[in-house]
Amino acid sequence: MKYILKKVTTMLITLFVVSVLVFFSFSLIPGNPALSKLGTEATPERLSALEHEMGLDKPVVERFGEWFTGVLRGDFGRSYSYNQSVTSLLKEKIATTLILSVMAIVICVVISLPLGIFMARKSDSKLDIVFSAVNQIIMSIPSFFSGIILTLIFGITLKLFTPGAYVPYHSDLIKCIGYMFFPALAIALPKISMVSKLLKDTVIKEAGKEYVRTAYSRGNATKAVFYRHVLGNALIPVITFLGMTFADIIAGSIIVEQVFSVPGLGRILLTSISGRDYPVIEAIILLLAFFVVLSNLIVDLLYHKFDPRIHV
Amino acid sequence: MKRRIIALLLVSAITAVALCGCGGDKTEGGSSKITIGIPQDLEDSLDPHIAVAAGTKEILFNIYEGLVKPDSDGNLNPAVAEDYSISDDGLTYTFKLRDGVKFHNGNKVTADDVLYCIERNADDGSGNALISAFLNIDSYSADGNDIIIKLKEADPDFLQYMTMAIIPKDNANPDTNPIGTGPYKYVSRSPQENIVLKRFDDYWGEKAYIEDVTLKICANADTIVMDLMGGSIDFFARITTAQAAQLKDSDYEILEGTMNLVQAMYLNNAVKPFDDARVRQALCYAVDPDEIIDLSFDGKGTPIGSSMFPAFGKYYIEETNDVYNKDIEKAKALLKEAGYPDGFTFSIKVPSNYQPHIDTAQVIVEQLKAIGVTAEIKLIEWDSWLSDVYTGRDFEATVIGVDASSMTARSMLERFVSDSSKNFINFNDPEYDKLLKEALTTVDDTKQTELYKQCEWILTNDAANVYIQDLAQLVAINKKFTGYEFYPIYVLDIAKIKPAE
Repeated sequence: MKYILKKVTTMLITLFVVSVLVFFSFSLIPGNPALSKLGTEATPERLSALEHEMGLDKPVVERFGEWFTGVLRGDFGRSYSYNQSVTSLLKEKIATTLILSVMAIVICVVISLPLGIFMARKSDSKLDIVFSAVNQIIMSIPSFFSGIILTLIFGITLKLFTPGAYVPYHSDLIKCIGYMFFPALAIALPKISMVSKLLKDTVIKEAGKEYVRTAYSRGNATKAVFYRHVLGNALIPVITFLGMTFADIIAGSIIVEQVFSVPGLGRILLTSISGRDYPVIEAIILLLAFFVVLSNLIVDLLYHKFDPRIHV
Repeated sequence: MKRRIIALLLVSAITAVALCGCGGDKTEGGSSKITIGIPQDLEDSLDPHIAVAAGTKEILFNIYEGLVKPDSDGNLNPAVAEDYSISDDGLTYTFKLRDGVKFHNGNKVTADDVLYCIERNADDGSGNALISAFLNIDSYSADGNDIIIKLKEADPDFLQYMTMAIIPKDNANPDTNPIGTGPYKYVSRSPQENIVLKRFDDYWGEKAYIEDVTLKICANADTIVMDLMGGSIDFFARITTAQAAQLKDSDYEILEGTMNLVQAMYLNNAVKPFDDARVRQALCYAVDPDEIIDLSFDGKGTPIGSSMFPAFGKYYIEETNDVYNKDIEKAKALLKEAGYPDGFTFSIKVPSNYQPHIDTAQVIVEQLKAIGVTAEIKLIEWDSWLSDVYTGRDFEATVIGVDASSMTARSMLERFVSDSSKNFINFNDPEYDKLLKEALTTVDDTKQTELYKQCEWILTNDAANVYIQDLAQLVAINKKFTGYEFYPIYVLDIAKIKPAE
């Protein structure tokens, strides 16, 4: 319990530091949200009126104070660009990105676990060389590029899906998941090769350990030893890796969303950065930071559970 | 055995999910539905009096109308007003409201609504006028269905400002709940995703052809061709020449119009060496717009020689093009005269999100090498461009397109008055200031046109900027649709698009 409390405190401090850094770094870089909105129509009078409306005429420390107390109350402020509350603006986008990320991780697990085990069992054969080579290649292709390739093959040539015809999840969940399959696959591909390689390596390592030899020498059947002992132990580092990958996958989806025109967090983050929509940027970055520290926390807790040796 | 079954189940689950993605969501051939791709979301207010971005205004054109409304030839036609008259001294404007014009919420447009809109634009509550020309209004009042506006001084361009959108007085949130009188009414929006419009069936004039319109945001320029070919959008109003080439043998027709802007290498007239007119002229002699258009734009584009583009008709002077025909020797001589016999080095700041301007800048850099001038391109983010270059005027040269906010010569030329806040090039010529001021208050059309033309000549002869071209606008439209019309201003008139027979 004390362990969890300590972890949660560290997590909150991290989030606070992130929000301070983001807030102040955006007040340092050039660009002005009011000017960005007015564009070339800006006259000094309209500019100062809009800056006042946005509260930009106040000193940055005061603005941070106002924003931060708002966040504590669950109020992330209003978007400059859309004139609506950040919470209502981002709700749908967060759900979209989460659907995509969860699908990516499901695809990753479903494919990489059987694949890793299969590869470990075939590690002596010639097949292994082919596997390792292909794995290495897929691992090194960035997901935005494989996204373009997937669109070209399955979208334009085979016409299995219509590029850009995203269907929002609230209007048709099944169609939405159908459209998201290929973006999710693009995100999952490099992760699949990483996870299956990791699993293969740990399985081989575990299988070579003395307790396995002892189990075999006592006349135990091969399959039982493999699934009960070897795999059980080999999965611990894999689960840790998957946990950490989740944050990575959310970040990765931001880029892949651009390729497949999925209107999730990624697109709104990019446009709000270029439009200097500070409240939206702040909220999204805080959210991403939250996902990262949260998945780290979960990994820590999993360690705690799987490996009784870790005690604090 | 059990393992095989699980594997089989997993494989079939994946294929099932994958197959769900195919078909189904393609835009159907249905005649009264169109999906239009737009390059950016309307990150702006939907309040027509507050909205400023060109990309917002071109969409709002379908939702709102003024007392008068421009057509595709640039003429102003009565819209919410049925008729108007201007007194002989040019000081009194009388608009007669059209009977039975309804707002999208079903209410009739009243004289009160019109007065409210004038008031709102003349003073935004903090003493600023949203339309600066409204500062010239002496008084306005309603007499039954007549709106009478009296001006302090005659302003021949005043009618242009009556394209100001008429909105209902009782709408508390014009920002997020747009209600107008236009051929389309607003249904919903989802940020970074789409904006949905529906035909307004109680429209006073010729009703739109297509019932349901979805404006889909295609923020990623690289996927536009894929979106078009895949059929997820039917129309895109601004594609590049490269994209047009990719769409050559497809279901899309490529229409060619003009962007209606002045693309130029704008020079900061206040910094060395561009404070010397001879240096600016030398650059004009060295840069060849035709070559730029051929190299970077597939020959599509109209060279221009001053701050005016052809769609302006009577104000446009074609001869300004021929003042600086490419002449390397003359350019070198001018540089020598100005004290730069060995040339000089300067930087061109170009906004990184406008590929046409980057392409143009690259050709300019090559062309300037011939006269020993070394230019270096600095790509900057649009937002930094606005704050550093446009407002801060911290630049030597920049390649950009400047458009007109309304169909008036004033909107193109007034920015170069020495004390204008929009005069980002720091152009300073007392003669220009005098002529423009005179033009603004001249009621006689011929005389006024003449004065504006003199201003244009000053910009050309003084080489205020290195003028390049009015870019070609390439529109991709699915062959299922027809009827798209180009406007001399930045609007996208959806009501004219109709299903092809």
